[in-house]
Amino acid sequence: MIGGLFIYNHKGEVLISRVYRDDIGRNAVDAFRVNVIHARQQVRSPVTNFARTSFFHVKRSNIWLAAVTKQNVNAAMVFEFLYKMCDVMTAYFSKISEENIKNNFVLIYELLDEILDFGYPQNSETGALKTFITQQGIKSQHHTKEEQSQITSQVTGQIGWRREGIKYRRNELFLDVLESVNLLMSPQGQVLSAHVSGRVVMKSYLSGMPECKFGMNDKIVIDKQGKGGTTDDSGKSGKQSIAIDDCTFHQCVRLSKFDSERSISFIPPDGEYELMRYRTTKDIILPFRVIPLVREVGRTKLEVKVVIKSNFKPSLLAQKIEVRIPTPLNTSGVQVICMKGKAKYKASENAIVWKIKRMAGMKESQISAEIELLPTNDKKKWARPPISMNFEVPFAPSGLKVRYLKVFEPKLNYSDHDVIKWVRYIGRSGIYETRC
Amino acid sequence: MTDSKYFTTTKKGEIFELKAELNSDKKEKKKEAVKKVIASMTVGKDVSALFPDVVNCMQTDNLELKKLVYLYLMNYAKSQPDMAIMAVNTFVKDCEDPNPLIRALAVRTMGCIRVDKITEYLCEPLRKCLKDEDPYVRKTAAVCVAKLHDINAQLVEDQGFLDTLKDLISDSNPMVVANAVAALSEIAESHPNSNLLDLNPQTINKLLTALNECTEWGQIFILDCLANYMPRDDRESQSICERVTPRLSHANSAVVLSAVKVLMKFMEMLPKDLDYYGTLLKKLAPPLVTLLSAEPELQYVALRNINLIVQKRPEILKHEMKVFFVKYNDPIYVKLEKLDIMIRLASQANIAQVLAELKEYATEVDVDFVRKAVRAIGRCAIKVEQSAERCVSTLLDLIQTKVNYVVQEAIVVIKDIFRKYPNKYESVIATLCENLDSLDEPEARAAMIWIVGEYAERIDNADELLESFLEGFHDESTQVQLQLLTAIVKLFLKKPTETQELVQQVLSLATQDSDNPDLRDRGYIYWRLLSTDPVAAKEVVLAEKPLISEETDLIEPTLLEELICHIGTLASVYHKPPSAFVEGSRGVQHKRIPARAGSGESAESSDVGQSGPSEAPPAVIPSQGDLLGDLLNLDLAPPTATVPSVQPSMQMGAMDLLGGGLDSLLGGDIGGSPSMGAGLGVAPAAMPTALGIAPAVGGVGMPTGSYVAPKTVWLPAMKAKGLEISGTFARRGGIIQMDLTLTNKAMSVMTDFAIQFNRNSFGLAPAGPLQVLTPLSPNQTIDVSLPLSTSGPVMKMEPLNNLQVAVKNNIDVFYFSCQYPLSLIFVEDGKMERQVFLATWKDIPNDNEAQFQIKDIHLNSDAASNKLQGSNIFTIAKRTVEGQDMLYQSVKLTNGIWVLAEMRIQTGNPNYTLSIKCRAPEVCQFVFLCYELVLKN
Repeated sequence: MIGGLFIYNHKGEVLISRVYRDDIGRNAVDAFRVNVIHARQQVRSPVTNFARTSFFHVKRSNIWLAAVTKQNVNAAMVFEFLYKMCDVMTAYFSKISEENIKNNFVLIYELLDEILDFGYPQNSETGALKTFITQQGIKSQHHTKEEQSQITSQVTGQIGWRREGIKYRRNELFLDVLESVNLLMSPQGQVLSAHVSGRVVMKSYLSGMPECKFGMNDKIVIDKQGKGGTTDDSGKSGKQSIAIDDCTFHQCVRLSKFDSERSISFIPPDGEYELMRYRTTKDIILPFRVIPLVREVGRTKLEVKVVIKSNFKPSLLAQKIEVRIPTPLNTSGVQVICMKGKAKYKASENAIVWKIKRMAGMKESQISAEIELLPTNDKKKWARPPISMNFEVPFAPSGLKVRYLKVFEPKLNYSDHDVIKWVRYIGRSGIYETRC
Repeated sequence: MTDSKYFTTTKKGEIFELKAELNSDKKEKKKEAVKKVIASMTVGKDVSALFPDVVNCMQTDNLELKKLVYLYLMNYAKSQPDMAIMAVNTFVKDCEDPNPLIRALAVRTMGCIRVDKITEYLCEPLRKCLKDEDPYVRKTAAVCVAKLHDINAQLVEDQGFLDTLKDLISDSNPMVVANAVAALSEIAESHPNSNLLDLNPQTINKLLTALNECTEWGQIFILDCLANYMPRDDRESQSICERVTPRLSHANSAVVLSAVKVLMKFMEMLPKDLDYYGTLLKKLAPPLVTLLSAEPELQYVALRNINLIVQKRPEILKHEMKVFFVKYNDPIYVKLEKLDIMIRLASQANIAQVLAELKEYATEVDVDFVRKAVRAIGRCAIKVEQSAERCVSTLLDLIQTKVNYVVQEAIVVIKDIFRKYPNKYESVIATLCENLDSLDEPEARAAMIWIVGEYAERIDNADELLESFLEGFHDESTQVQLQLLTAIVKLFLKKPTETQELVQQVLSLATQDSDNPDLRDRGYIYWRLLSTDPVAAKEVVLAEKPLISEETDLIEPTLLEELICHIGTLASVYHKPPSAFVEGSRGVQHKRIPARAGSGESAESSDVGQSGPSEAPPAVIPSQGDLLGDLLNLDLAPPTATVPSVQPSMQMGAMDLLGGGLDSLLGGDIGGSPSMGAGLGVAPAAMPTALGIAPAVGGVGMPTGSYVAPKTVWLPAMKAKGLEISGTFARRGGIIQMDLTLTNKAMSVMTDFAIQFNRNSFGLAPAGPLQVLTPLSPNQTIDVSLPLSTSGPVMKMEPLNNLQVAVKNNIDVFYFSCQYPLSLIFVEDGKMERQVFLATWKDIPNDNEAQFQIKDIHLNSDAASNKLQGSNIFTIAKRTVEGQDMLYQSVKLTNGIWVLAEMRIQTGNPNYTLSIKCRAPEVCQFVFLCYELVLKN
């Protein structure tokens, strides 16, 4: 299991050092600094082994988190834990920075004592942790016996992510379907790979211990229902359903029930959390198409023309559109003309950045640029990185639709109808690249 | 409130100041002081001098302060054991606190204080906490048992904590169960043979129930523990799989990977024709693909594991090629791993796409990545014949880029393509020759020289090209030198008239001016060959080369099986068994995959473990050709960078051959040159079998004869009215003999000797009368040899090798019993066929396997196997993995029972590990004793 956990600043100074196992000594702290942080470029793997000691590291801005072990630990678990540790820290003091870590080092030690015991991760749900690890220091004497046992039963309980006795005057639910659409397209316009990775993020402000059921236009479910229902019905809904390649759920979702019935039922955590993630690869709506044209005019000039086409309902508006056209390192000057938005050559980023605030569906726009090059004797050809694109659209490129989210709380007197529900779809670009 | 100020105190006299503050009356000031101490501790300052002052702050009702003091204690208690005792009272008191959080905190901290004296005081509170009413305390106490075990294992056993821990597996709270499982798994690892975890269908059921309810981390502990279970039959295996599959949808990648591990392992037991088997295979792909959308570090772990899964079960991901395409912004470690998997998944169906991608990658920035991409193109050509032409033209395009490392890498892989498809793509040689000057890496130079030598007859200026290399001969690396030598000899054999001078030059450079023995030896061989029998020389040097195989750097099957059992862990990331990077005994047990239930087999025999490859393994490690090449004419490293670990030992074999050949050659026996040719000629035939399980080198040696123990007194004179019998057993040339020494210590003459055996385990019986022809006079001693047969009546004895003997003379009948070494009944034809061995090994249930340690043996594996062969313990195969020799041996008993053994010998370690498998497990112990006897004498 995890033998020790260290946090360093960008210089390699230790900010936090917690050792859980006897086989990890102080020299491990230095070994990581010397061999990884100071070695910079040489270390090319997030898992490294020096002197029979394994180091796992992740970086958040310029802070290094390293877990150390001498055993054959579950590597996936260690990384999941490190990410979780980052989440917990973020939940307590927002940004992970050197200053914040120094300011909260007592709290961090307290957290590390709680969520990692002898190197074994323990309950690390912030909802639960915040009930008894507080920045003000725990006022143990003020807790009544009931409160104490409520805390411990929540930390160890089956529903470790929610405490009992939550009350809201207004029961409200916010559901965000956030998708990022990824594309790799060849210069000829052939889709090399495309997938949507989506997340259903929920903010729930519900009283009591509500039982929720979430439904979407999952092809498997719709097809199953279609068999039972009228033929008319199945024909209609069949078109709208989507094939989900795979999905994963927050730990509140009853996985065995999903496995057997494909129904998503759960008791939600309070506040914001990610209910599910999913991935689709079929019938993706690609909101934009990028058509590049690069021409080398002699050795000192490049002509670039890029057309973008929006491919969705004309009534919808895409936002925050940005097209990034890479330029060679030896660029000396760029002249750009674009029909819409603003375009600028950014020498520090080696790219022409073209920004458009808004664009409706089924439209087209174009940019052309002349790039002057300095003559070089570098034999190597310019690698021509792909043209990448960023945007935001108000629909789900996968075609996912939320069909229902039902809330049952038999003990309290509010029903599904009393809950105010909000649903929103946002499609963003993931890695959306077209080779040129 | 900001705490960062505590990090800034660097004044002198700080310790004194802190001391004063710690002893302050004001609570706030105390707390501030402790914080400063902790901050100093963090940055590595020694604040141990403050120990008593800090411990004094422990008695407080401020929990935050208490936790800080505890943190300090955990760090320094070990260096101040006597002072640490001061803390004990507070701990014991806290363990009784009404607040469960405080009870748990106390027991958690106490376990981290590694001071012997404290652990004694820990026992009582721990016992209480393990039975605490609050689950939070119980789950903390469960982990504490593991902590205590790490400090003092004996204490934990003596105090009965292990049983309490086992009880916690049935706890009503899932988190307690999960922590108990984690603690037990860890403790069990340090007791490999204890049945601590005692996994049976009932406990498995409990674990599976807890699995649905506990935290993500708990699920990981439980799944990792489940993976160690061997289901009794395919039905149980299926039902576990069914209950584990829902975990594949968990958001936590580690839960997913651990579930994949359980499934990969257990599906091995399912019959392949089962519908469920197919369903399961289909269910595995999507979650594996999803792992690739996790954070990059996890992607890396996932990709390393997918690499193993693809080797074990290529069918799972064969349609998912696209997801392994490299993204421009992937971190380099993800890119390199994806590339590896792309090559593994490349097939005729997707090759066009793959090639287009690879070509794209070859223009990227990162040198390692580009090189690997170029190499990958070559691998595709070799793997998918239909694509070869396209690959070659892609490589030629890349050579045109003139980027130095791209060109060099391309030439190295083109050499491999030439070997795979001889006489097909030689038209490109001209293009390659244009780039001769730009090659500065040994591997590329060697590859180019090989090409020139191999196709000397088609290259007009081959002699000039090679000559140009010769100028700086001594500055070249050995690889290039050897290659150059061979290439010029080839050239000479093809164009003898023009190149005589060149060949003489290179031979003299190699033999006279070089210090490298390899180079000299090879130079001499060529020289002799050329001067004695040019025809033979042509046959040897220009011999047809074996084709190279298409799959490279596959992990060797046994290791792969083991790594599959370690999915998700570091072992699967490093692609090394845990023993390679874990110190001490922890985790070094080799894990195995259960075997598939055979079609006709009953349920009992289905929980078979196996060490051998489960199905016909793919031909691994193509380096065979190169090994041979090393001897003949190819000095090129194996086509990929990863050198299979088996190679060193094989290379040794090749050396021996070379040495032997040379001796006979230099022995002045000119007529011996054909034999030399034969020696080399044999090599190609022998070498391919040197794969996977190599034929035992030891088998070549002469048997040294079986070991005969010195005689011991079986029947003392006191008990037999003056007759003393001592004796021993021997097996000589297939005949069993009982060597007896009879001494008459009585006053009268003894006559009329006769001997009889009681029924015994292997039916030993005298094959003739006891030949004491003359009467035995007082103080006379005679030696008799009694031949024995194994056709007597059989009865199982206790111990198995016990023999009850009755000897009669004119005075009385005397009884005694003696024990014979089991090697007595090892027959001479006990050498099993390799295939039969593998099958039998698999076939024998795992329960029948026994493991032993043979200590203090200072023999290498060959000597040991020679010695054992003398006693009819035959080495069938030998394999070397990571400096560890594995000898596979068989023994046949006179009654037809086969005993199979695997002996592991670690270089430099005098202790051998012996695993014995036999359908009659009771003989294992005795076979082990024979091993010990033979090896130690």
